[in-house]
Amino acid sequence: MAQTLFDKIWDAHVVHQEPGKPAILYIDLHLVHEVTSPQAFEGLRLNNRKVRQPEKTVLTVDHNIPTWSRSIPVTDPISKQQIETLEKNAADFGLTIYSLNSPQQGIVHVLGPELGYTQPGMTIVCGDSHTSTHGAFGSLAFGIGTSEVEHVLATQCLQQTKPKNFLITVDGKLPVGVTAKDIILYIIRTIGTDGATGYVIEYAGEAIRNLSMEERMTVCNMSIEAGARAGLIAPDEKTFEYLRGREFAPQEEAFETAVAKWKTLPTEEGATFDRELHIDAAQLVPQVSWGTSPGMVADITGNVPDPEAMPDENSKKAARRALEYMGLQAGQPMEDVTIDRVFIGSCTNSRIEDLRAAAAVAKGRKVAANVNAMVVPGSQAIKAQAESEGLDKIFTEAGFDWRESGCSMCLAMNPDVLSPGERCASTSNRNFEGRQGAGGRTHLVSPAMAAAAAVAGHFVDVRKF
Amino acid sequence: MKPFTVHTGIVGTLDRVNVDTDQIIPKQFLKRIERTGFEDALFFDWRFLADGSPNPEFELNQPRFAEASILLTRANFGCGSSREHAPWALDNYGFRVVIAPSFADIFFNNCFKNGMLPIRLSEEQVEELFQRTKAKEGYQLTVDLEEQTISDNDGLQIKFDVEPFRRECLLDGLDDIGLTLQHEDKITAYEAKLAAA
Ligand code: SF4
Repeated sequence: MAQTLFDKIWDAHVVHQEPGKPAILYIDLHLVHEVTSPQAFEGLRLNNRKVRQPEKTVLTVDHNIPTWSRSIPVTDPISKQQIETLEKNAADFGLTIYSLNSPQQGIVHVLGPELGYTQPGMTIVCGDSHTSTHGAFGSLAFGIGTSEVEHVLATQCLQQTKPKNFLITVDGKLPVGVTAKDIILYIIRTIGTDGATGYVIEYAGEAIRNLSMEERMTVCNMSIEAGARAGLIAPDEKTFEYLRGREFAPQEEAFETAVAKWKTLPTEEGATFDRELHIDAAQLVPQVSWGTSPGMVADITGNVPDPEAMPDENSKKAARRALEYMGLQAGQPMEDVTIDRVFIGSCTNSRIEDLRAAAAVAKGRKVAANVNAMVVPGSQAIKAQAESEGLDKIFTEAGFDWRESGCSMCLAMNPDVLSPGERCASTSNRNFEGRQGAGGRTHLVSPAMAAAAAVAGHFVDVRKF
Repeated sequence: MKPFTVHTGIVGTLDRVNVDTDQIIPKQFLKRIERTGFEDALFFDWRFLADGSPNPEFELNQPRFAEASILLTRANFGCGSSREHAPWALDNYGFRVVIAPSFADIFFNNCFKNGMLPIRLSEEQVEELFQRTKAKEGYQLTVDLEEQTISDNDGLQIKFDVEPFRRECLLDGLDDIGLTLQHEDKITAYEAKLAAA
């Protein structure tokens, strides 16, 4: 029977399956960060267990760390303790770690692909929901809880029940000024934040094929915001070219052998999906979120919706609450919403192409007087690359703050935080209440839209820039 | 893991859809390196006012819910971040059961790993339970995992579904890692095959 990409990866990783029980699934790569792992390592110690496959386990610090100069010490004692705990766990269990002062440190989902750890056909897990990012390479990648982190450390396996297949085809060509971020925001807006619960999404179609690897990662990254277990894109020449020569990718002859194998992965003609959705790329416009859930999204050319026009009582209530929290009025044009802060960063949009897109808008312009804007590269390597291209100069001359790499204000566990009531145009993935700081108001947008908003002082259609 | 068999307790309601794990436990509490001590962090931004006093507007702060151990809520509960701190906080606070029309996958999974039972019911059944809880102060439910039933003292009885394997693990309080390691020979064989490929 014709198989999907997901079916193939799944089948190749089942170590054992008994009827009526979850499969025991083998994990090829386990990424670990400082926040969701301490209790897992503690569990290993308590049970006198080792890490089964240290070379399949990669550690980095990202969530907690300050983005100020690396020469200034971490001041928050609890963050410091988590970083030191991860370093100690790496030493005790013999694991590779990219810690604070590593020139390769980065957000875990930026670092994996960048160093070539992430490869097509793999199973990849991390104690972090945005592990779905790695699906852009045609690998089955998903987030797990801390108990499962411990499980993978101890057994290199997970017990998993197979999710269903969901095909989202984005047909046609994207209009100028519309980006991968707009595609995924539009998808979440269309199917809802639980629209793909229980499914693995495969993204296909002309518009997806035309995306760069960076853009594909943006799409797969936010699969979790639609409730999906994972998001996948079939590997192709772009995938192979991206990986060629990366430090931990197969080298030379081994690389060609790997490519031959990777070419067998894509979904076969005639394979069936449990669910399908078609989207026409040509009709998309830049998107902006207006509420406190990633499905609450509008066209930049549209208005803040009226809760009373929502289809059911639960959505009405949620929308009323959201507008109150966000300090917005029903019917207000999105372009009239003024902002205080801009955050360009996160595992959704902090890669070199994202920074180039934002810099192209910022170049020769100035951040509005009422706005405080920051750019946080996803990794030290991206930071260095951007600096070699002079992007840092463009940003700083325009009045953006240029920072060190990390998760930063995506979740504001470090000192980068919104004050209550502050409104932020953010390239991250979650606009939940308080996500960027208690009382802070987050609007999700693409990097180009964020840079345009920084200059205008309010949301603005980047296509007019 | 602690087993779950039968639980009787007061129902507390949270009448909101899409409650995300950032609300269940805000990030400032994720820096602890233990699994316990998260009870005061639960729903922190909703539960407490800026001065640290309890927010009287927040549903679960009503005195009638003070002893609640069964949380009744709306669709897509636990969406967002994979943080297992969310079920830890619910558990540390005293919840053993969460009932909703739907849950986010990772949260759902994380509950079982901590001896908590998330139960999916239909929208109508959830609405019925909301009405009953509203109508009666101290409204209680008995959740029987062996029988897969939820019942109250007024004759209501609802059957619920749970995957047989998860049910078995919860009833016996089985350690997942131990279960997987029973198949260690198969893992080793798989790894040998990988190395040969
Ligand atoms: S950047 Fe944000 S979403 Fe990505 S891993 Fe860090 S905290 Fe999570």
